[in-house]
This record gives sequence, C-alpha cells and structure tokens, in this order.
Amino acid sequence: MATPPIHPTTLAPLTHEQLLRAYRQMKTIREFEERLHVEIQTGEIPGFTHLYSGQEAVAVGVCELLSDADYIVSTHRGHGHCIAKGCDVVGMMKEIYGRHDGLCKGKGGSMHIADFDKGMLGANGIVGGGQPLAVGAAIACRNRGNGTVSIAFGGDGSSNQGTVFEAMNLAVVLKVPALFVWENNGYGEHTGADYSVGSRDIAGRCRGFGMPAEVCDGSDFFAVFETMGRMVARARAGEGPAAIEARITRFFGHFEGDPQLYRAKDETKRLRESMDCLKIFRARVTAEGWLEAGELDAIDSEVLALIDRAVAEARASSPPAEADLYADVYAEY
Amino acid sequence: MPVKSMRDAINDALHLEMARDPSIIVLGEDVSGGAGGTSGEREASGGIFGVTKGLLPRFGDHRVIDTPITESAIIGAAGGAALAGLRPVAELMFADFVGVSLDQIFNQLAKFRYMFGGKTNCPAVIRLAMGAGMNMGAQHSQTMYSMLTSVPGLKVVIPSNAYDAKGLMITALRGNDPVLFFEHKALYPRKGEVPDGAYTIPFGEAALVREGEHVTVVALARMVPFAEKAIDALAKDGITCDLIDPRTTSPMDEDTILESVENTGRLVVVDESNPRCSVASDIAGMVAARGFHSLKAPVQLVTAPHTPVPFARELERAYVPSPTRIEAAIRAVMKD
Ligand SMILES: Cc1ncc(C[n+]2csc(CCOP(=O)(O)OP(=O)(O)O)c2C)c(N)n1
Ligand SMILES: [Mg+2]
Repeated sequence: MATPPIHPTTLAPLTHEQLLRAYRQMKTIREFEERLHVEIQTGEIPGFTHLYSGQEAVAVGVCELLSDADYIVSTHRGHGHCIAKGCDVVGMMKEIYGRHDGLCKGKGGSMHIADFDKGMLGANGIVGGGQPLAVGAAIACRNRGNGTVSIAFGGDGSSNQGTVFEAMNLAVVLKVPALFVWENNGYGEHTGADYSVGSRDIAGRCRGFGMPAEVCDGSDFFAVFETMGRMVARARAGEGPAAIEARITRFFGHFEGDPQLYRAKDETKRLRESMDCLKIFRARVTAEGWLEAGELDAIDSEVLALIDRAVAEARASSPPAEADLYADVYAEY
Repeated sequence: MPVKSMRDAINDALHLEMARDPSIIVLGEDVSGGAGGTSGEREASGGIFGVTKGLLPRFGDHRVIDTPITESAIIGAAGGAALAGLRPVAELMFADFVGVSLDQIFNQLAKFRYMFGGKTNCPAVIRLAMGAGMNMGAQHSQTMYSMLTSVPGLKVVIPSNAYDAKGLMITALRGNDPVLFFEHKALYPRKGEVPDGAYTIPFGEAALVREGEHVTVVALARMVPFAEKAIDALAKDGITCDLIDPRTTSPMDEDTILESVENTGRLVVVDESNPRCSVASDIAGMVAARGFHSLKAPVQLVTAPHTPVPFARELERAYVPSPTRIEAAIRAVMKD
C-alpha cells in the first residue's frame, strides 16, 4: 500500500485529517454550486452567476497548501476559491443573495466576494484584473520575509490578457513569490481555448516569461497538490514566481442560463462521468486504504446540512438598508 | 411598419451596411462564439447580447472576427484597421471593460486625425453595452459615457430606442470618425417600429420625444422611457413637459435644449451616470452659460449617486434614477 503524498510544509505524508479535510472542502464547493444551480431557478438570487462545479480539485489542491497568511486573488468564477481559502459558507451564500449580513454586506455579490482575514483578496469581474494584484500582494509577502506566497487564479481565457503578460513579467523581474494557477477548462465564455490561446500551451507561455511551469490533471486533487506543492515550496524559499496549468472542465455553462450551444451535446454528461474530482478522489483513497467509504459518506451528509442551513439563513435574512448605498465609498471624505 | 427590438434594430444596421460596404469588419469576444472547442455550433452566440447574430454565416470569418479576451488589442486593432482603410466595428461587450482598453481609445483612436494634421480618418465604431438594473454589480453596470464624452475626437452615441439605434448606427458606419456607441442593456428588448431598409439619423440632432409647456426634461438612454413615465403621470395635474433626447452627447445638440428652455424656463436633466463631471452637469453648465436669463428656477439634476453600482437589488434600485425621482424633480422645478 502506497503512502499518501508528502505535504511540502510538514514533509510528512498527508495525514488522515488532511485527507478528510481535502474531501470536505471539495464536497462543500460542489454542493454549494449544485444547490445554487437549483436555487437560481427560483429567481430569488440577483444578477448572474458563474459556477465552479467540476473544478474543485484545483482550488482545493492549491489552497490546502496555504495558510490564512498566504494570499489568493480570484476570478468571476470565484466561489470555489473562496470556500477553499476558508471563507464562511453561510456568509458567502448571504452575499450571493444580496443580504446585509453577507460577506461584503450585499454590495459585491457572486463576482466580488472577499475575506481579508482569510487572505482572500477578492473575486474579480474583470478578466485579467486579478493577476497584477497578486503580484502586488507578492511584493508584500517578500518584504515581510515570512515565506508567505500570493496566488493568482485565472482561466484559459484570462491567460490571453495583456495585463496578465505584464503581471507575469513583473513577477519574474522582481522575483517575488507570485504563483499563477491556470485553470484551463477549455473555454472562455463561448470560445474554445484551442482557438484563443494561440500557442495552445499556457504553461509554455509562462516559461517564456522565465518562470517554471507545469501541466497537471485538474480533476485529480493529488496531481494538483503535488505539482503546486513544488511550486509553492520554491516560492516560499525565495526562488520566485512559478505557474501551473491545470487541465479541467466545468460542468455547467459559462454563467447560469448559458444554453452552451458551443459544446457537443453530451459533453457535460460524459465529463461528469470521466472527470469528477470527487469520484476520482474517493476511488483513490478507498483503494489505497487511506480513508473508509463511511467516513466520506458522513462528510457528504454534514456538507448537505451545511448548505441547507446556508440557503435557509440567506433566504431568511434581510437586504441592506437604503442608507448603505452611500457607505464605504471612501475610508474618509 | 415592422416592430423590432433595439437588439434586432442594431443587428439590422450591421447586416445592411456590411452587405453594402465590404470594408466593414466586426471584431470582439464571442461576436459569433463557438470558435474552437468541441463539436458545438460554430455561431454559438452571435454576441453575448445577440446583437451580431447571423453576421458570421453571411460574411465569413475574415469580416466577423472572434477574438481572445484582449480588449486592448481589440480596440488597438480596430484603430490600426481603420488607419489601413477598413471600417471596423469593435465590440467591447460590457462598457466597464473600457478600463482595459482606455489607452487605445483616448490616446490612440481619438487623436489620430488631429495629431497627424488631418491627414487621416479613423472610422472605427466601438460598441459598448452599458447600464445598471440587472444586479450585475460594480464592474458590469456602469455607464461610462460621461467620461468619454469629455474626450475630443470621439463621437458618443447613446440611443434610447430601436428606431434611433438603427439610424444612428448606420450614420456611425458611414462616418469617418471614431464613434463610441453605447447600448443600454435594459433597452435591448425594448421594441419599436423600425423600417426594414437603411436610413440615417444625423449626429448632433436631438429628438423631441414629448412636447409641453412647463418644464424641459432632457434624458438619455433608459432614462428616456423613465422620463416618459414620469411626464405621463404629471399630465393629470396639468403639468406638461418637453422631453428631449440628445441621442448623441458628442456632438451635443445645444440649440434644441436652449430653445426649449427659452419656452419653459425650467430644466430637469436625467442621467444614469454618476453626478460629478457628468453629461447632466455638462448640460446644466451649458444652460447656465447660454440660457441663464430664460431660467425661472434652479436646474434639477436626477442622476445616480456618487457611489459605485451596488449589487443588492434594493440598493441598485435606489441607485438608478427612477420615474418617481424624475417626477419629484419636475414638481420641484415647478415650485419656484
Ligand atoms: C476584461 C473583461 N473582458 C471580458 C469579460 C467577459 N467575460 C467574463 S468571463 C469571460 C471568460 C473567461 O474565460 P476564462 O478565463 O477561461 O475563465 P472561465 O470562465 O472559463 O472560468 C469573459 C470573456 C470580463 N468579465 N472582463
Ligand atoms: Mg476557461
């Protein structure tokens, strides 16, 4: 029987606890998103929402390597990153419902969740808006000299933005602990990554900027964890920026309500069978004897209860007061 | 006359003019959609808002160009194509994304003709979907036109209805200057009578949407139907208004506004932008400078507040100027 992968910080195999936690995090993201997919049909949730279902192993594989002192910046498809970085699930749900007690007081919504106590510097509605921010946070990490790192999540589509190229070059020039995580889910909106990424090789482009970059299977928690683990370890040691390109898929449309005409008919159904990170994780840990199926089942029911509670509390909560419209434009004015 | 949505009216204009003028190209993210990927449909979207539908199958991918997410290069490429003799129509999708491409818009396209001593034109049309009302949050709901109206060299078009949108788009496509064409997202489904054939509406000519005696109301885009509602509600109290839709803010039809204020002596300006340095303050300033002696009451401005666009429904509702607030402003100018 193989031992679980080595944690790059403890240099010991992943513990029973850590394995359970990874599963719980992925399952929480999945159920959060699957439930939103249902609740959005009721019309109670304002705005438009981009779901992360299918990509959980990337967010969790990365964030299980981090502490609250490390930073991440996220994207329009940010719920998974938020949960993986430790944001309060009930507070997130309330934010998505536009409630006064949401994580950002109902001012931000699905695309703008942030939690600075958790090192979560914000989801972003602007594609390519986050990567330069991550470099700035990485300067703060370097200057503190405490071995913390800053992660920029981005999609295949965002990898084409000029802001991203500038950010990657700046990170290399400054040799700061900025890490670029590319979630290549095959599409930016309705356009294939094989069309929009001219070289069809995001990792290769990162190398072109002078940083190491590796490709991994984004549906396999362990693959993401190990690949990213090496990158995080070198960044913590002061060796500068790095990148991973996680090949992955999204189970839903670009946003809720997307008819997905650009996809083959049975594509998502097929991918839910072959690329489901939860199934892949469960099969591996039970086959290796690292975890019992019963332990995972128990987590499944706890997560469902948590999501039920989050939705119930979000629905029962109230909107912001009208005076809040004018609050928080400035710190002082 | 056929009845069409504003979305279809703009689509009409693009179809007609692309058929007429082979130098017109369309470029932007998902203007057709479906490039690359698996075996889905090739024209999978026709624009996120469906405005460029049917162009790819008809005109092919040398003229209808799906781009990566790369706004700076989209606008820059439109500028370069215009210098090289094409007539590009660049779609920025959400007007907020102007932020990513601002240098190309205001340091490049806007200035070519002037900087180069009038030796070139830059006939590029940039389409931007703008406006709040759909709970899309701070980075997908802004109007942006006030900021860009201040830039010399750019023409700024802000239609409020399907008929105008088509005529103004055709004018933009036949003109020789860079045009920012702002389409309010909430107006895309708004229907009106639109002829099938081509017609143009000149820039700098306001539309008189309602005629009245007591107050001049100037409104833009979605604020026009809101102002109509307010004005209709006031009719029962015997208050009647001129409602002027400038349709373009650069050039701006100052004379129509001034003539109306001469008759009414009272002015309300309704503008979804933030209030500082806005089209509303611009019009108020212009009337103060050129029509001061006609005014019987202080000008009322109905705008969004000096805040970003909030997400929660209740807050966004309070943010966007409403027919109720417009009605109150009209009553307020009537008091003096
Ligand atoms: C600057 C900017 N341009 C365009 C958009 C519209 N948009 C939102 S998400 C998206 C696709 C992003 O693709 P990718 O980076 O692959 O992320 P994914 O949606 O696949 O997670 C686009 C074009 C935007 N929000 N910001
Ligand atoms: Mg993608």
